[in-house]
Amino acid sequence: MKRLSLIFLLLPFAAYAADADYTLIIKDHSFQPSELTIPSGKKIKLLVENQDATPEEFDSHDLNREKVIAGRGAATIYIGPLTPGRYAFTGEFHAATAQGSIVAK
Amino acid sequence: MFATAIIVFREVLEASIIIGILTAATRSIHGSKRWLAAGLVAGLVGSGLVAASTDVIGSLASGIGQEIFNTIVLGIAVLMLAWHNIWMASHGAALAANARLVGSAIRDGNSECSVLFVIVGLAVLREGSETVLFLYGIATSGEGGQSSMLLGGMVGMLLGIVVGYTIFAGLLRVPMRWFFSATGILVLLLAAGMASQAAHFLIQADLLPSLASPLWDTSALLPESGLTGILLHSLIGYDSRPAGMQIIFYLTALIVIFIGMKWAARSQPTTVRK
Repeated sequence: MKRLSLIFLLLPFAAYAADADYTLIIKDHSFQPSELTIPSGKKIKLLVENQDATPEEFDSHDLNREKVIAGRGAATIYIGPLTPGRYAFTGEFHAATAQGSIVAK
Repeated sequence: MFATAIIVFREVLEASIIIGILTAATRSIHGSKRWLAAGLVAGLVGSGLVAASTDVIGSLASGIGQEIFNTIVLGIAVLMLAWHNIWMASHGAALAANARLVGSAIRDGNSECSVLFVIVGLAVLREGSETVLFLYGIATSGEGGQSSMLLGGMVGMLLGIVVGYTIFAGLLRVPMRWFFSATGILVLLLAAGMASQAAHFLIQADLLPSLASPLWDTSALLPESGLTGILLHSLIGYDSRPAGMQIIFYLTALIVIFIGMKWAARSQPTTVRK
């Protein structure tokens, strides 16, 4: 119960979060851009916008992130802080075409 | 088809493992199977509802609704698994003594049954909604090859159920004196793994700091996408690149539930002979 009340306490703060730092677009089951360069050592807010009619799951073991994005929907994902390197991500529901990576510099 | 099978397998596996372990653990409790089945049905119905409202859930709380939803579901599941394990610890001796008696009436067995209902319902709800979305996406994509992908989905689902059944059948072969320890440890690890997943979602939503991310990286040694990694993820909450906060949640759940079980086992009446 303590954990739940913590979440509700934090809800109002989440609403004040700044706008997204970076945007990824899913179109025709692929990511645009397919490579995103971000600064290392800094947490960023990523907006993933799904322009397809079908749902997609942003999935990355490298980044330890997974999130379902509804068809014609959008989702916010916080990433990092990362050490410099390349981090692959996929759209799990269409992994054949939906491939991309984040490069932390 | 192969990729589809893997995705559905992964989603079905966790719910299947939970059902397998709980069905075995509560086999001597009267009516437990009916409640487990009811939980499964409720979970399937819930999956459809959650899948249909993905857009609404996702856009709640400035786009982190999905993480909060998952955290709440996982949080309740952890509490229920803890309750179940502590209940089993306090009734273990009585259950073992009566294991051969059909319909042994155990006091407050009813509340245990509703806990089973909730655990199974939530497990199926969480994993099922993603499967529904995925299969729905395939069915409506209109790009051809749907039947082979849906077949893949069926294969994956079947494999997931087979693993759950194998665990169930394997547990039934465990000798009675080890049986409750074995199921107790499995449920304990399941609960700890879920607590770690809850932390993972709170970090993703930026509601908790990650505290060293990742704390370690065993993705080269034991990748989470491999079969062993998938199985360990569902069974004990294995994460190849966990954040420090996930480990704190994992260990806290593990220790707190373990102490609860020890405390319950000690305070149980010793006169259970018939």
